[in-house]
Amino acid sequence: MKFRIHRFNPETDAKPYMQDVELDIEPSKMVRDALIRIKAKDETLAFRHSCGEGVCGSDAINVNGTNALGCLTRLSSLQEPIEIRPVPGMPIIRDLIVDMEQFYHHYRAVKPYLIRHDPEPEVEYRQTPQQRDKLDGLYECILCGCCSTSCPSFWWNPDKFRGPAALLQAWRFLADSRDQATDERLRELDGPYRLFRCHTIMNCVTVCPKGLNPTKAINEIKKLMLKEMI
Amino acid sequence: MKIPKRKFDVLVIGAGGGGLRGSLQLAQAEASVAVVSKVFPTRSHTVAAQGGMNAALANVLPDNWHWHMYDTVKGSDYLGDQDAIEYMCRAASKIVIEMEHFGVPFSRLENGKIYQRPFGGQSQNFGGDQAARTCAAADRTGHAILHSLYQQNIRAKTHFFDEFFAIDLIKDDEGFILGAVVLEIETGEPMLIEAKTTLLATGGAGQLFRTNTNAHINTGDGLAMALRAGVPLQDMEFFQFHPTGIAGKGMLISEAARGEGGYLVNKDGERFMERYAPHAKDLASRDVVSRSISIEVLEGRGCGPSGDYVHLKLDHLKREVLDKKLPAICESIRTFLGVEPATDLIPVYPTAHYTMGGIPTNRHGQVVVPVSTGEEPIPGLYAVGECACVSVHGANRLGGNSLLDIVVFGRAAGNDIVNFLQENRYHRPMSEESVESALGRLARWDQKGKGEPVDTIRRELQAVMEKYCGVFRNEDILSEGLGKVLEIEQRMSQVRLQDHSRIFNTARIEAMELENLIDIAVATVTSALARKESRGAHSRTDYPDRDDQNWLKHTLYYKDTRRLDYKPVKLKPITVESFPPKERVY
Ligand SMILES: Cc1cc2nc3c(=O)[nH]c(=O)nc-3n(C[C@H](O)[C@H](O)[C@H](O)COP(=O)(O)OP(=O)(O)OC[C@H]3O[C@@H](n4cnc5c(N)ncnc54)[C@H](O)[C@@H]3O)c2cc1C
Ligand code: SF4
Repeated sequence: MKFRIHRFNPETDAKPYMQDVELDIEPSKMVRDALIRIKAKDETLAFRHSCGEGVCGSDAINVNGTNALGCLTRLSSLQEPIEIRPVPGMPIIRDLIVDMEQFYHHYRAVKPYLIRHDPEPEVEYRQTPQQRDKLDGLYECILCGCCSTSCPSFWWNPDKFRGPAALLQAWRFLADSRDQATDERLRELDGPYRLFRCHTIMNCVTVCPKGLNPTKAINEIKKLMLKEMI
Repeated sequence: MKIPKRKFDVLVIGAGGGGLRGSLQLAQAEASVAVVSKVFPTRSHTVAAQGGMNAALANVLPDNWHWHMYDTVKGSDYLGDQDAIEYMCRAASKIVIEMEHFGVPFSRLENGKIYQRPFGGQSQNFGGDQAARTCAAADRTGHAILHSLYQQNIRAKTHFFDEFFAIDLIKDDEGFILGAVVLEIETGEPMLIEAKTTLLATGGAGQLFRTNTNAHINTGDGLAMALRAGVPLQDMEFFQFHPTGIAGKGMLISEAARGEGGYLVNKDGERFMERYAPHAKDLASRDVVSRSISIEVLEGRGCGPSGDYVHLKLDHLKREVLDKKLPAICESIRTFLGVEPATDLIPVYPTAHYTMGGIPTNRHGQVVVPVSTGEEPIPGLYAVGECACVSVHGANRLGGNSLLDIVVFGRAAGNDIVNFLQENRYHRPMSEESVESALGRLARWDQKGKGEPVDTIRRELQAVMEKYCGVFRNEDILSEGLGKVLEIEQRMSQVRLQDHSRIFNTARIEAMELENLIDIAVATVTSALARKESRGAHSRTDYPDRDDQNWLKHTLYYKDTRRLDYKPVKLKPITVESFPPKERVY
């Protein structure tokens, strides 16, 4: 199969280039398998990967123009030459590796942890299965960054717009019947940028490898804001 | 060489569940804590745990911690230390509730309590009916726990060094551990982290074997660092093969699949576990189920064109169970096998999964070594989680007991470190010699020229371990295996890197990981060759029985001369009566 891979080593390359690679590999394999085999021949190729089954979220890359996880993208589903690039909009460190700090910063900024003001009981907080169902489609996020790095609003305002992944997590805690910080959380998201830069372009929904829907979460936050205002 | 230096009270190496529970306890006690992880914390392999975490909450069926203790001792084939097991099982309920308070989105029962499912090796009333002890967040419990712990650490303002690779521990002449030399992966520059105490929480070494359920990063670095610091490794011959990895690929299908009602069949469609474990059937201990599958295949009753796997049957389960209780497993089966769990059978085979052995510790997380009067802690060194051997899992770990182990002992170690810090207020003088030696490990990979590539050696090592140190072992196979592993160790000195760049050089990281794997492989095969009995996951065809007379003891392997030593199993619990060894039937 034919591949075109984004290469850039800041120590030796003046600028990035695309490298053509031919590899004998069964099309039933995943993109990550191909990258591992290519690296076996040329160990200078650098990319992140770990669990190989789509739960650690390390190997977000851009394949034929779409963000995806290398370990969940089957070669046979792709047109050749398969073009592999780093996810867009982030500073490139080397080859397929980007600096994710901005992305993590927004995640930490939404206070992604349960906040309670009442004293702790000695037993579990009660939550009905129906209340718990509200967290499905939210808590499964693996922080791969496929969504935020495919979002034009995030490319344009990476420092101010929280981005789909962080907002999905903001909603994950707002939607949790156990959380008691609704006002604080909403106040923190108010203003023209953090939340409201979302223009429902919906790239995030298309690319999320876990089938999550950040746009819907963002709309839920907006709805709740409106409700709280009235 | 002068390298940048940072100073903390505590250095935690590893940001899986074990490391993060430890760091949280310390950050809350206002110690200054640095957590070093070679991947961003939520990418640690705890994230992959599926089925759940054991605690006798009795939310679904009657239960109590003492029954849990009995099952764990029996599951360990009596090699587990009963003081540590009592401690863990007693703490379990409180710990799970604490995790719930941290925000873990556990699945729920109608009454709003935490959902619990049956898992292998669980019983009510000391060997009676099946229990339901495993607290679950659907089949993504590890993900839920790891993310919640990371989130709590954000809240507690723990200091993270993400994508830093620990090279070696620093040790002074008096035997104190003073921190570690680490490598910032992005810049390729080494750094010294000085600490009054160091907590190793680097996880398991599943990459020893070709087919495994572990991540690429599970290379047992902490175990090898301990070995190089003169600490022995305990019980390394006990490696768990999980009965249901996807055949040939290795992705795990959690025991939760059988806990929710799935079962195994051979090529004749026979539910063969009824023959091997009439009472517990498919929910017998993992060592038992894995051996049964291997025997079915060896005796010609395997499925598929080459008869080299068996089938897991889920197609009789209710759609709602598959969608609500096993969603991630179903997704994985669809993605990697292209089959539909609601209608198709799933090919599975025992797959390397969990490192029962590890760095010897007591129940406070202190790393301990034998001295003439018993055991003595190594000052300034702690270990928890899969890299440690405390030992609560003995010769065979029960499903759902590792997520419990990592948080129980992560917390306990955190508490004990707080005490240690009170008695050891100042950093000790640095041992420059030890720093130089750690830097030497790094410099070795600057050697240029022709040589074998890292990748070739790693593949060979994994193939050798799989062939010579798998589910069934004997004297001949293990001796041959040891020869092969030692030959690989020899060849390692001739290995050269082609990539000598600094920035994000993953080839260099993989080279150091391979060195670590080789040290651990030698430890594993040497320990296995010496143990002339069958116990738990260590199954010798030439010594098919357990031999309590001679072998009711822990193995200790030292790197310097590949020396073995032994120490007694702690059969005495903290408060209750001991569970003496007896025949183990399921
Ligand atoms: C697929 C799968 C499913 C499982 N399901 C269950 C289950 O349902 N229930 C259960 O109880 N157990 C389960 N287990 C077992 C359990 O998940 C693990 O034993 C446990 O999570 C290990 O946690 P840990 O904190 O010890 O290590 P890990 O989570 O593996 O973390 C290790 C950490 O160490 C860091 N590290 C390692 N080496 C270095 C180095 N040299 N420098 C810097 N950092 C380093 C890594 O970056 C990582 O942060 C499962 C295991 C697997 C593989
Ligand atoms: S929402 Fe989806 S795409 Fe975005 S970070 Fe989470 S898992 Fe990745």
